[in-house]
Amino acid sequence: MTDFLQLVISGLATGAIYALAAIGFTLLWQTTQTINFAQGEFMMLPAFFALAAMRWAGAPFWLACIVAILCSVLVLGIGYKKIIIDPLRGQPGLAVVISTLALAIFLKDSVKDIYSAEAQPFPTILPDTMLSFGGVNISLAQIGVLVVATVVILVLNWFLTQTRTGRQMQATAQNPTVAKILGVDIDRMVLYTFLINAALAGMASLLISPIYLAKFSNGEVLGLAAFVAAIVGGFNQVRGAIVGGLVIGVVDNLAAAYVSTAYRQAVPLVLLVLVILFRPQGILGRKEERTV
Amino acid sequence: MKIDRFGFVFGALVLATGVAMPAMAQDVIKIPNIIELSGGGAPVGQMWKNGSTMAVEEINAKGGILGKKIQMEFVDTASDPGKARAGVQRALDDKPMAIFGPIYSGSVNVTLKLTNEAEVPQIMGGEAAPLTAQGSKYLFRTSFGQNVSMPKIAQYLKDGVKAQTVAVVYQNNDFGKGGRNAIIPELEKRGIKVAADLSTEPGQADFAPDVVKVKAANADAIFVYLTEEESARFLIEAKKQGVTKPLIGETTLLGQKVIDLAKDAAEGVKGHVGLTADADNPLVKDYDKKFTAKYGHRSDHNGMKGYMAPYMLKAAVEKAGKWDPKAIAAALHGLTIDPAKEPGILLNGTWDENGDIDRESYLAEVKGGKQVIVQTLPKLKP
Repeated sequence: MTDFLQLVISGLATGAIYALAAIGFTLLWQTTQTINFAQGEFMMLPAFFALAAMRWAGAPFWLACIVAILCSVLVLGIGYKKIIIDPLRGQPGLAVVISTLALAIFLKDSVKDIYSAEAQPFPTILPDTMLSFGGVNISLAQIGVLVVATVVILVLNWFLTQTRTGRQMQATAQNPTVAKILGVDIDRMVLYTFLINAALAGMASLLISPIYLAKFSNGEVLGLAAFVAAIVGGFNQVRGAIVGGLVIGVVDNLAAAYVSTAYRQAVPLVLLVLVILFRPQGILGRKEERTV
Repeated sequence: MKIDRFGFVFGALVLATGVAMPAMAQDVIKIPNIIELSGGGAPVGQMWKNGSTMAVEEINAKGGILGKKIQMEFVDTASDPGKARAGVQRALDDKPMAIFGPIYSGSVNVTLKLTNEAEVPQIMGGEAAPLTAQGSKYLFRTSFGQNVSMPKIAQYLKDGVKAQTVAVVYQNNDFGKGGRNAIIPELEKRGIKVAADLSTEPGQADFAPDVVKVKAANADAIFVYLTEEESARFLIEAKKQGVTKPLIGETTLLGQKVIDLAKDAAEGVKGHVGLTADADNPLVKDYDKKFTAKYGHRSDHNGMKGYMAPYMLKAAVEKAGKWDPKAIAAALHGLTIDPAKEPGILLNGTWDENGDIDRESYLAEVKGGKQVIVQTLPKLKP
């Protein structure tokens, strides 16, 4: 039982990080109807912004984290929107898919060439002090990951539902034409979405890198996990992405322990297939109907 | 008249170039270096590339081998056995004198038949035990095969750790499976029970479930046989979950790279090391100093393997007395390279009929963020 609890808690901590990236998928989908296939690389890059700030500018870790989030917002938020998405408006969806795939390769190889091909140690925001509860060992860092991810998600939820700007963003996501008629600055709301996505990716990067180690190829695994989490939870609901992330984190851990490590990556994909077959809108997603 | 003169000069230049080019070409021997420069094996390949580049520069600066300069042609396998095979096949079309690489056992496994059929020596970095057991007369190791290193570790687990039960954690690829298949019979031969037999995936990032299973096995010691980054991640997770049993491994668990990544989670890890820049040997220390000065970071065992490959070739060509692939391979079989005569080889080594190497090795422990050699194990056949 203690093993099971250990696996669940560890899975929740990892799943919370997946959830942060999965939220980014859902936000971008809702506002721009685009899927960012470079989302994994968006989770990989901020750690290298932080490492670069520490290595080349001698910044302390706390400052490097702030620099990483700011650079993420600048490069992966504003830069991504202005350079990749805006020029492709009105183009077929496939153009965005191919562009984001190309962006993923570009970011990955750039980090490899500019920084290093080798994995880099990454400091933890909280120390690895062990706490034991009934035989279950939980590190302070794991609790920290859960707390930080939960706080970020709650703040985001509050922002989207309780603030004027948040409600305008939701209106833009639900029906941009009507939102525009009502006087909502659509372009600004879309930009905010990209900025939030970039900031969430930055947070996820800083939380996951102490576990995964910072490496140029991390995005491959993270992007897939977040994508599956978003679909399983519900691509058109932020709360769906949260649930999806947590489910994938826990299922992944339990599959590795009780099925087989060799098939651990297959189990979330099987879950994905089952969700698509029997509940295509995802666990918490809402059905969308479109007139043809 | 002007045209005639121009024509004469032009013709002379063409003729001179035509005569000179082959002569220049013959002064340079091209050696394909087919290694993992991208993909998951990029760090390994980069170390090997740096080591072999440094060795070739040294050899060329001293006049080359039998008066010929070496020029390496790097081919990226992208850490993919299929691409490695294609790279070796293309390289063999040019009838090279030898091939360096690949380093990943899986890539060596799919290329060794090609070099054997083409009768071209292949000096590689793979460590999986089955590689040299397939009868190739043209395959040569730069490091111990698992058939040599695993008996040493099993003995250490019995005598040094006094373990009666061991949990084995290995990577699910040619490297890891080779190690697992080599250690388990050695443990059983010594009366040590395998309490858990766990495979992990190459490139795996999260080891929480694996560590939970290892803890549940409650073995006297845990044998970890993963590549460097995965080793570091495993150690970090083991520390996080409060694992207190001895963590024992091979070169890939105790390397400086793992220590740098895992930091204090690597503290106390013990095991057998085939090649290390921390060896108490003046030639190795000198190599370590040169490598660090040239590349700004220390070499790991893959850098040392890459460095030794050109010197193995040099010793074999000089013994054969000619540049001929068959003669080079024949010269390498049974060859002992003495560092007193060839300092670039760093350690006294002997290559047997299978291409396996015998040389001294070390028992090491991680103390104070450094690999500390606690015992030097002599050659099996001094």
